[in-house]
Amino acid sequence: MKKKEDILAATIYLLPSVIVFGLFNIFPVLYSGYLSFNRWDGLSRTGKFIGLQNYSNIIKSIEFWNSLGVTFYYTAGITFFGIAAGLFIALLLNRRFPGRTIFRTIYFIPVVTSTIAAAIVWKYLFDPGSGYINIFLRFFHIPGPDWLTSTTWAMPVLISLGVWKRLGFNIVIYLAGLQSISPEYYEVAEVDGAGPVTRFFRITLPLISPITAMLVIMSLIDSFLVFDQVFVMTNGGPLYSTDVIGLLLYRNAFRYFKLGYASSIGMIIFLVIFLITFLQRRFLSIGEQSSW
Amino acid sequence: MVKKRFHNNRIFLYAVLLFFSVIIILPYLWILTMSLKPVRAIFSPPYLIPVNFHWKNYLEAWNAAPFARFYFNTTVMTVFIVAGQVIFSAMAAYAFARLKFPGRDILFFIFLGTMMVPFQAIMIPSYLIVLRLGWIDTYYALIVPRLVSAFGIFLLRQYFITIPYELDQAASIDGCTKLGILWQIIIPLSMPAVSALAIFSFLFAWNDFLWPLIVINKPSMRTIQLGLAMFQGKYGTRWNYLMAGTVTATVPSIVVFLLGQKRFIEGITLTGLKG
Repeated sequence: MKKKEDILAATIYLLPSVIVFGLFNIFPVLYSGYLSFNRWDGLSRTGKFIGLQNYSNIIKSIEFWNSLGVTFYYTAGITFFGIAAGLFIALLLNRRFPGRTIFRTIYFIPVVTSTIAAAIVWKYLFDPGSGYINIFLRFFHIPGPDWLTSTTWAMPVLISLGVWKRLGFNIVIYLAGLQSISPEYYEVAEVDGAGPVTRFFRITLPLISPITAMLVIMSLIDSFLVFDQVFVMTNGGPLYSTDVIGLLLYRNAFRYFKLGYASSIGMIIFLVIFLITFLQRRFLSIGEQSSW
Repeated sequence: MVKKRFHNNRIFLYAVLLFFSVIIILPYLWILTMSLKPVRAIFSPPYLIPVNFHWKNYLEAWNAAPFARFYFNTTVMTVFIVAGQVIFSAMAAYAFARLKFPGRDILFFIFLGTMMVPFQAIMIPSYLIVLRLGWIDTYYALIVPRLVSAFGIFLLRQYFITIPYELDQAASIDGCTKLGILWQIIIPLSMPAVSALAIFSFLFAWNDFLWPLIVINKPSMRTIQLGLAMFQGKYGTRWNYLMAGTVTATVPSIVVFLLGQKRFIEGITLTGLKG
């Protein structure tokens, strides 16, 4: 009797989630896989089954490899600088002093700021003529580059925005990790005569390595899926130097209406994310075994 | 000697932290300053803090584009998404945490699995479904696909299972129904997790861009983020208007964060660390 009651209640409670997930998450994954084997412009009723041709076209296209390279460049930049600066600031904040929470709040505000708003601001901060960055450089008689219209500098500008937005998140997670390290480790090390540098490399860094691994994975995933700021700031230019894979997918799907081809790009993105998540599982299980 | 070193350390600490804070804050100061400049002062010396207070820019920006309409659209969307994610996540989380039914673990596993699917991988089929349903340029398109959140279900379930089961049993003996237990016992005891979820979904909905970009074509149905991006394309040279629009689009999410900061940070560290 009671069991039946549970099943009925569970059905009612899960129904909304099952419907929405089914229709807008699970079915689309399968549908996307199906579409990736078709050629379809969205206008005709159905697509034409062409097997693996979309995938072989992608692998042969220069655009795709360019996008993949550009996206990796972006991802590597965000991950490296975001993690290094995040750890550095978290270490500074990991002690009691007046104003500590105010600093933490300030560093976190960009995380909740809309990417579109930030992108618009960045676009104008890096304006070659009247942007503050070049005005500042001119003050020191350094000629500033044409940031967003330069194939060399457009990507570093995008990376600087990404790091600015992500830093606070890394700091908060690192802070939580640092606070979970028992002070006894440091006391013992100090008695043994270990200086601050030794303590950092021998105690802090190894003990927070599972957190570093997790932050790296999260950063890789989020950065790989970047879209909004690139769409607003450069739209992939100049000369495809910031044409991240999300933009390539969007363009093929909603500008050229190559729905099958775009779906196969989507499946490749899925595969990359899946591989990164798979790595995360390995990393985290290693972390659990050692100390965490 | 020791004291002096300590003192120097403090100064160094504050100096470095302040330096980074200034870098973080500078863009905000800049847009505030720009948004308050009259048109003729745009190319005047670059002040860092507002020296002009030309509040009319805000009015003019709101008149140049239907920002009020964008605000209204975004508010409708955000309210429904937040309510949906909280209510439906609580219901599903309760089923996973408290009820026994066949296939429970598999279903939970599938739900968790959807968190791994990047939106970009499913946006074309999602668009086609919305198109087939005739939902393009409607609130349904903006709201329905995002009414539930696997992250929310996971977050609440993790919290629910820490609540002693004895409380349910006691309430059940007193004649409380399953629904009563969820609303009157579990949810009030889970307010930290529930409010963290509410803030998360607010920020997600308010700042979301790619999905509205795909399903909205009509200018009158644009969200604030869409409106801002389009405004930027159209009035890109009218910096002061653009910045006034940007400020108005940004303020709500910052206010919500500042108000719910404690819960929000707790939620991030809780879910972040548990992965």
